[in-house]
Amino acid sequence: MSATTVLDWGLGLAQGMLVLAMALAAWRMLRGPRAQDRILGLDTFYLNGMLAIVVHGMRTGSGLYFEAALILGMIGFTATVALAKFLMQGEVIQ
Amino acid sequence: MNEGALPAWAAWLVVLLAVSGAGFSLTGAFGLIRLKTFYERVHAPTLGATLGTALILCGSMLLLSLLEGRLVLRDALIGIFLTVTTPVTLLLLARTAAHRDRYEGNPGAPPEV
Amino acid sequence: MSRILPYPLLSAALTLTWLVLNAPPTPGNVLLALLVGLTVPAVMGALQPRPVRVRAPATIVRLLGIVLYDMVRSNLDVARVILGLRRGERRTGFVTVPLDLREPYGLTVLAIILTATPGTLWVQYDSDTRCLLMHVLDYTEGSDWERRVKDRYERPLMEIFS
Repeated sequence: MSATTVLDWGLGLAQGMLVLAMALAAWRMLRGPRAQDRILGLDTFYLNGMLAIVVHGMRTGSGLYFEAALILGMIGFTATVALAKFLMQGEVIQ
Repeated sequence: MNEGALPAWAAWLVVLLAVSGAGFSLTGAFGLIRLKTFYERVHAPTLGATLGTALILCGSMLLLSLLEGRLVLRDALIGIFLTVTTPVTLLLLARTAAHRDRYEGNPGAPPEV
Repeated sequence: MSRILPYPLLSAALTLTWLVLNAPPTPGNVLLALLVGLTVPAVMGALQPRPVRVRAPATIVRLLGIVLYDMVRSNLDVARVILGLRRGERRTGFVTVPLDLREPYGLTVLAIILTATPGTLWVQYDSDTRCLLMHVLDYTEGSDWERRVKDRYERPLMEIFS
């Protein structure tokens, strides 16, 4: 097998696994049972989405997806912190 | 994509790193639905945030370094950023859950410090 | 020294980050990186962060090794628990650890370490009683966890941020 075939199939497999992980996180997000479980699911969803983008960047061999992954990680962090603070106090900005 | 220059061993190594990293991440997400209580579940995504991310980023750095013919360390920044932010996220979530459980007097609530 | 470089660690970190982001270091990039490393800490001065004093570089390296080893080992442990490969009964619960470490930066690093090793979770720290409440996924080893946190992480951290 040539290097290109190995990379294409192997990274495709990794991407599929990450998408499955996103599906599991989404299931927890929809299912609950409590609000903190949903936020935890959202955080995991973001994390795995970010990793999937990194793997996609590897598959296309371009460094362009790096920025997208970094920004997605930052947005996920901010969203989770804001939601957790909202649950704690009922207000985001205080 | 000019992978003609990429040796076969490097391709296998990159794939091994990426797939094992994705495997750890998937195991973490699986734990999210398998473990019973919230406090157990918070441990699960850490799997993806530590070793899963580290392995995938190592694979990415190796691949891009070989393709571009120079050392590419950019992806390490994602790792550093994630290492700094994950504790904040999980700590806030755990404290929120503890606060709510104590307030409602749930049986699984953590003891007072 | 202190006028031009009020926070040398921050300056070095910013310069390095800039250089890593703009990868092939051309002269222009190096110049920009130095500019960022010099000006941003000056702005940071308005926030008046507490000065960081780090010592014992050998201890830092040793702690890094310990944390990396524990991270890989606890990742495998937690993966085994999740996949149901772990034999025997598993108990999970909260552990209270009285800490002697008081330096805020030391506590921050301890929080990062405890989170980076799956299986332990920092829940709450009370600065009055100086007790840390953490949740442990696999509690079967009993009170070993308190010793583990104190010996493996807290003592080196107290040496580093003394």
